[in-house]
Amino acid sequence: MSAPVRRLELGRVGESVRRVDAIPKVTGEFAYASDLFAAGMLYGHTVRSPHAAARVKRVDISDARGMPGVHAVLTHKDVPGEKRYGLEFPDQPVLAIDDVRYFGEPVALVAAEHPEQARRAAARIKVDYIPQQPVTDPERARDAVRELTIRHGNPEQAAEITVEGVYELGIQDQAFLGPESGLAVPDGKGGIDIYVATQWLHVDRDQVAPCLGLDPEQVRIHLAGVGGAFGGREDLSMQIHGALLALRTNRPVKMVYSREESFAGHVHRHPAKIWAEHRADREGKLINVRMRILLDGGAYASSSTAVCSNAASFACGPYSVPNALIECTAVFTNNPPCGAMRGFGAVQTCFAAEAQMDKLARVLELDPVEIRLRNALGPGDVLPTGQRIDGSLPVAEVIRRCAALQEPEPEELPRDPIRLPGGAGNTTRGDGVRRGTGFALGFKNICYSEGFDDYCAARVRLYSDAGGELVAEIHSAAAEVGQGVTNVMVQVARTELPEVSDVVLAPHTTAAVGSAGSSSASRQTWMTAGAVRAACLAVRDELERGGGSLAPGEEIDIERVYRHRQTTPLDPKTGQLTGDRAHVAFACAAMKVVVEVDVDLGLTRVVWIGTAQDVGRAMNPQAVFGQIEGGTAQGLGLALMEELQTRDGVITNASFTDYLIPTALDMPPVTAELVEEPEPDAPYGAKGVGEPPTVVSTAAIVAALRNATGLELARVPVRPDDIVGL
Amino acid sequence: MRVAFVVNGEEREAEVWEGESLLFTLREHLGLPGSKNACEQGECGSCSVLLDGRLVCACLVLAAQADGHDILTVEGLGDGDGGLHPVQEAFAAAGAVQCGFCTPGLVVAVADLLQRVPDPSDDEIREALSGNLCRCTGYAKIFDAVRMTAAS
Repeated sequence: MSAPVRRLELGRVGESVRRVDAIPKVTGEFAYASDLFAAGMLYGHTVRSPHAAARVKRVDISDARGMPGVHAVLTHKDVPGEKRYGLEFPDQPVLAIDDVRYFGEPVALVAAEHPEQARRAAARIKVDYIPQQPVTDPERARDAVRELTIRHGNPEQAAEITVEGVYELGIQDQAFLGPESGLAVPDGKGGIDIYVATQWLHVDRDQVAPCLGLDPEQVRIHLAGVGGAFGGREDLSMQIHGALLALRTNRPVKMVYSREESFAGHVHRHPAKIWAEHRADREGKLINVRMRILLDGGAYASSSTAVCSNAASFACGPYSVPNALIECTAVFTNNPPCGAMRGFGAVQTCFAAEAQMDKLARVLELDPVEIRLRNALGPGDVLPTGQRIDGSLPVAEVIRRCAALQEPEPEELPRDPIRLPGGAGNTTRGDGVRRGTGFALGFKNICYSEGFDDYCAARVRLYSDAGGELVAEIHSAAAEVGQGVTNVMVQVARTELPEVSDVVLAPHTTAAVGSAGSSSASRQTWMTAGAVRAACLAVRDELERGGGSLAPGEEIDIERVYRHRQTTPLDPKTGQLTGDRAHVAFACAAMKVVVEVDVDLGLTRVVWIGTAQDVGRAMNPQAVFGQIEGGTAQGLGLALMEELQTRDGVITNASFTDYLIPTALDMPPVTAELVEEPEPDAPYGAKGVGEPPTVVSTAAIVAALRNATGLELARVPVRPDDIVGL
Repeated sequence: MRVAFVVNGEEREAEVWEGESLLFTLREHLGLPGSKNACEQGECGSCSVLLDGRLVCACLVLAAQADGHDILTVEGLGDGDGGLHPVQEAFAAAGAVQCGFCTPGLVVAVADLLQRVPDPSDDEIREALSGNLCRCTGYAKIFDAVRMTAAS
C-alpha cells in the first residue's frame, strides 16, 4: 500500500515527477558500471587475502604472468605514487605491502582477455602469508580511531527511576544489487578516464590521482550507472586498481566484482555494543542519560570518526535531556572495515535509546507514545552538545501523526499460511502466534557536520536551439545512486527558469563542473537544489540583462557554488560546541509496527508498518514515499535477518544465499505520512529523507517483538533462537 | 565453442568459453547487458529471462545449454517498434524504479506472472516476486505496478 501518486506532467518542485531515468531503466538500456564496454578491453581481477591478519613475506607473480591471455600482474611495487589512500586518512594500502589487516584485503591485480583467464592466473599467484592472531573482539582492541565524550549538565545527576540495558547490533551490509564495477580507459597522454559507480566523483579523483602519481586534471571520473549505494560506495573499490591495470597495459580495463567479492570489497555498518542507563522522574521526564557506545571500525579508518560523532550526537534520541554522559569509541580490529551506511551511527544508538524509553514507560506504567511526547525536543531546546534547535524539528507532531495511524485489525484464522509467521514453510496454522505492537522515534542530522567544508557546485548552460527555443543544460557532479537527485535538478530548473522549453542533463563528470559533494548524509537533495537554483537564478539575471532572449548560437554559461551554514567541531574533551553548531539541521521519524510471532518456533512476521516523517518539504512526493518504504525495508533487514557472519575475522556468509535481505514476502504494507514543516535554511525547505526511516525501523520492529513476547531482545538481528530461548 | 540461439526473435551466434553462463554471453558477447549480474548464483532474479517461454535465471544456465533454444530478455519485451510493454510502462509510472538494477529482472518476472495469472491476488504477487530481490524500494511500488498492469 502506498500513497496515491500526484500528477506527473509539469515537473516542478513539489510535484510527483516520473524519474528522468525510468524508461531506460525499465527497458534495460540504462548503462550501469558493470554494463560498460570498450573495444579491446581487458578484464581486471583482484587477488585478496584469505586471512584477517597476516604478515606478507613474499608475492610471487612469475607463474601468473605467463598464463594464457594475461596482460599484466601487479603488486604494491607497481603503484607509482602514494601507496595508501583513504576517505579521511590515507591509511589503506592500494595493494598490501608487508601485512594484511582484514579478510579480503587486496594484494595483487591481474588483467586478462577473459575474466576466467584472469581468475586462473590469480590462482597461480603465490603469496607467502604468516598468519597472525587477529583482533576480533572490539572490547580488546588496542587502538581507537576516535574517542568522544559528551558531558552535558551534571552527568552524575541522580533521579527517582533508573533503567539499564546492554544492547548489541551485528554487522549490516549495504547489499546494493549492482556490484562494484567500473571501466578505466587510458587517454594516450598518460592520463586516465574512469567510469565508475560511486557516491562522490571528486573525492574519488582526489584519492586516485596521488596513488597514480598524476595531477588531478589527468584523472577524470565519470559517473556510470549506480546500482544502489547506501554508503557502501563512499570508499574506493576498483578505481585505483582498474586505472593501474589500464595504464600498465595501455588498454581499457573493466572490473566487476562478484557478489562474494562485493561483501569483502566495501565497508559495512559498524557493529556496536551499547551500555545504557536512563534516569527519569516519576512523571517520566528524562533527568540523565548515560551511555557508553563501542563501535567496531574494523581494519581501516574509513569514516569511523564521523560515525562516532553521529552515534554520540544522537544517542539520547529527539528528547530534551538536562544531563548526559555519552562516551563513544570507535576502535580498530581485524574485522571487516566499517564506514558509511544509511543512518550512519544513529541507527545503532536509536536501537538502544528507544528500548530504554520503552523500559522507562513500562516501569512508570506509561504508554510508549505518552512518554515520548513528554520528552519531545522542540524548537529552542538544547541538545547534549549544547546546540540549540533553531530550525524545523516537529518531534511532537511526528509522534502524534504516527500514533493516530490506524493499525489493521487482527486477521482471523484460519488463513493462508503465507500470511502467518513461517509463510510458505507452512509451520503453523496460527497456534502459538502472538501479536505485538511497537512504537519508536528516530533522529538524525542532515548534511555533513563538525566543520567539514561541505559545498556543492552546479553549472547551467542556457542556449537557444535551432528552432530558437531556450534550452537549459545542467552540469552537476551529484551522484544519482537511485535516490532521484537528477529529478531534483530538473525540477529546480523547471521552477526557476519557466521560460525554457527544455531542460537537459549533461553527463556527471569531474571534467565539466566542480564538486557536488557526496550523495550521502541525506544531503544531496538539499545541496544540489541549492546549487542548481543559484546557477539558474544567475543565468536568469544575465538573460534579463541581455533583454530576455538569446539569438541562435548565443549562450549563457554560469557555475555557482552553494554552501550551507558553517559548522564547527565538537570539543574533543567535553563534546560541547566550539561555535554555534556542530550539525546543520535535523530530521525525525516515528514508526508504529504490528508483528506476529510464533513463540514456539521463533518465527516472525511484520504485519503492518505506519510511519510519519519530518521531511521539511517533499520535493517529489512519489520519490519521498519510495525512500521511506525502501529505508524501512533496510531497517527491517537489520531487525530480523541481516548480519555479516565472521569467524576469526573471516566472512562466512558472503552470498545472498546466506546473507538474507528482505524479499517481497518479508515486507508488510507501509502507511506513510509526510510532516511538512519547511526547514528555514534549506532550499525550498526540503530536508533529506533517505535515512530517518532506516534509523527508526529497526528499533520499532524490535519494540513490537518485545511487546509480543515479553522478552528483552537486546541484540539485532533477532534470531529465532533468541525468541524461543535457546 | 560456438553456440547459436534465437534471442528476442533474432538468430544469434557467439564464440564462448565452455563454462560461460548464458548471462555472461548475453551481456559480454551479444551486447545485451539489460539482464543484470547482481549475484550470479540464482538468488536475486536480476538476470531473469524467458528460455523457451519459461522464467529462468540466466546466470544458472550455461550458454552451451541454451544452444538451439529461444530466449527473451528485457530488451525484447517491448513491441519491437520502440513501444514499451505494459509492465514497463507501469513500473515507470508507479515509481517502482529507484536504482533500477533489479528492474529488468522484475519486469520480465511480472510479465511472466501476468501472462499465467492475469489478475493475481496480493499474496500471489508477493509469492511470485519473492525470488527477485530489490534493495531500494521496499517493494510497495513494485506491487502497485503489478496491480496497475493487471487492472489495465
